Amino acid sequence: MPRPTQARPATHNQSMVKPPLPVTPDPPARPQAWQPDEPASPSWWLSIWQRLRWNLLLCLGIAVFLSLVFRDKLGQTLVFSLCVGLSIQALIELGRYRMARWRIGLGHQDPGLRSGWPGWRYMAAWVLFSAFAGHGLGMTLGGWILGMPVPLYDWQGNPRGLAVVLFVTLLVSVVVTYHFYNLGRISAAQADAEAATRLAAEHQLKLLQSQIEPHMLFNTLANVRVLIGTDPPRAQAMLDRMIGYLRATLSASRQTSHPLSAEFDRLNDYLALMTMRMGPRLSVQLNLPDELRALPVPPLLLQPLVENSIKHGLEPKVQGGRIEVSARIQPDAQGSAGGRGRQLLLTVRDTGVGLDQPGGPATPASVPTTLTTAGTGFGMAQVRERLAVTYGGAAQFSQHNMDDGEGGCLARIVLPLGKTDGQPLPQPHPAP
Amino acid sequence: MSLVSPATALIAEDEPLLAQHLRAELASLWPALQVVAQVADGQSALAQALALQPDICFLDIRMPGQSGLEVAQALAEDWPDSADARSATPSAAARPFPLLVFVTAYEQYALQAFDAQAVDYLVKPVQTERLQACLARLHERLQARLAARSGDALEPALAQLRALLQSSAGTVAGNANPSRPPARLEVIQASVGNLVHLVPVAEVLYFEAADKYARVITAHAEHLIRISLRELLPQLDTQVFWQVHRGLVVRAAAISTAQRDESGKVFLSLRGRSERLTASRLYAHLFKGM
Repeated sequence: MPRPTQARPATHNQSMVKPPLPVTPDPPARPQAWQPDEPASPSWWLSIWQRLRWNLLLCLGIAVFLSLVFRDKLGQTLVFSLCVGLSIQALIELGRYRMARWRIGLGHQDPGLRSGWPGWRYMAAWVLFSAFAGHGLGMTLGGWILGMPVPLYDWQGNPRGLAVVLFVTLLVSVVVTYHFYNLGRISAAQADAEAATRLAAEHQLKLLQSQIEPHMLFNTLANVRVLIGTDPPRAQAMLDRMIGYLRATLSASRQTSHPLSAEFDRLNDYLALMTMRMGPRLSVQLNLPDELRALPVPPLLLQPLVENSIKHGLEPKVQGGRIEVSARIQPDAQGSAGGRGRQLLLTVRDTGVGLDQPGGPATPASVPTTLTTAGTGFGMAQVRERLAVTYGGAAQFSQHNMDDGEGGCLARIVLPLGKTDGQPLPQPHPAP
Repeated sequence: MSLVSPATALIAEDEPLLAQHLRAELASLWPALQVVAQVADGQSALAQALALQPDICFLDIRMPGQSGLEVAQALAEDWPDSADARSATPSAAARPFPLLVFVTAYEQYALQAFDAQAVDYLVKPVQTERLQACLARLHERLQARLAARSGDALEPALAQLRALLQSSAGTVAGNANPSRPPARLEVIQASVGNLVHLVPVAEVLYFEAADKYARVITAHAEHLIRISLRELLPQLDTQVFWQVHRGLVVRAAAISTAQRDESGKVFLSLRGRSERLTASRLYAHLFKGM
């Protein structure tokens, strides 16, 4: 009466999931600590129960098979089969968690360890041991339960039979372990893929939120509402600007590039809205030479810079100021010797309060520059990231305060241009 | 006194169209209301409100200079005391604290704190019916105030402002990032020329606003750092450091005595420093005998 066996590791989903973005509340707690799923955690019991069900089914199948082949009583065979199967599973489960924990304790950081998989090297030895030890344990246990001697341990009687039974037990143990190991890997990969999708969706949402700021939206609508009563044609014009702005913002992620003239049109929409809202506090200047109108640029590349200038530069400044957006061609710093390399220089200049200095003029030199508010946030990181993705290292972005009389901030983007005159910009690579 | 004069109002709104519109709506819905000042930034709002002492202030929350909430806070701290008023000339100086109406396009965090007691709020675009309801409430409250002649509208207003400031701490600062609280500050780096002093926060007795910078005071030294008190505040443990004035954050354990005067102000003396600090009445509730 041979007995089967179970076992399997299984990197089941949990522990490989990346921590969710901080913007969303955590989904039901996932173990993220660097340790095997805690026995007693719900996920641990769930996966144990899954494997246990398979084990019980397998034991039942083997018992039925053996009772047919050897014409033993099904009841007896089933008791032995279950005892052996459960003993082996218990040994393997226990062993792999202990070993994984032990290896983590030694400082190993293989992701499999977190889900209690110490690696094939350790598991091969352990499965071998578990199959034999579990078989002996299970048979003894079964004999004790049934109050009968264990026939297979009569070595003289049937050594070959014992060898066959042990071999089959080992084989089943290995196959089942391998099966659950694969299952675990697949579900971990699925969980990874799901996590990646969710991450991408969250990122998209955050991007959208950053582009359409509710404060801007509702203030603009409040202005339109007022104009409808007092100056309908102007209300209509403002609404048209709003539509242009919204349409461009919502579709920006679907195009990979548009002409510079379209970029300036969108900026014009936005700045016209802001001019209407801020009145004489805001003056705007857009400089786009005709010969540059057709150059392709990633859509709404400049938008975050302009919004930044308004929101953090000019809106907080009591007397308001000026914003100036310009495009021009300049010789490439490296290629200037041969006169061939050229670059497109895009600048956004404002005369607002400047970076990191809420409500004030330039900082006295005696005041430290550490401890300032961090960076300019998501919008600027976004610009950098897009340039890196689209142009590799060939584009540059910088931002600094101006110390001429007017103060404020200057943001510069430098994009690579074609090598010879008249040739358009290299087409930006498709967005990822 | 000014009981028979018509109600007066101040409008603080930085967007000209919206300001004009609010003014026009007020003129048609409450013709007797006198708009005594219309300003477009926080500082002017504070200065004009203190100078003209209107009955009602409409404050835009996001304004250049100071936010509407900061104006309200400063107003509550600097409003002339009724105690002073009793002894002073019995004229306009005795006017009660104005009714505040905040106007905002989108401050979801701030709005949670309102339940429209002493303070009301309007969401832009302001709908006429909503404005009407707000004005009716204001009118009622002014009438009740006249009848009671108590002039003591300050306390409920203070209670509400406290709740409001607490819930919106850091979120209305303009560039605030509500989703991620800043890390707690451990060491302050204050430089003079090219020398940087490292000051453990554990040694700091109090922080004082100095324009848009902050002064850091320890038992033996004083430093200036290039960060405003408002930006600093979220990085401090509020159990350890108490804000006692809009420009003053004090280590609670360093306070030895607190003495209250009749106007509601509280004077603090510190262990290890000889100067006395003043806590505003907005924070006077922190100092009560057990």
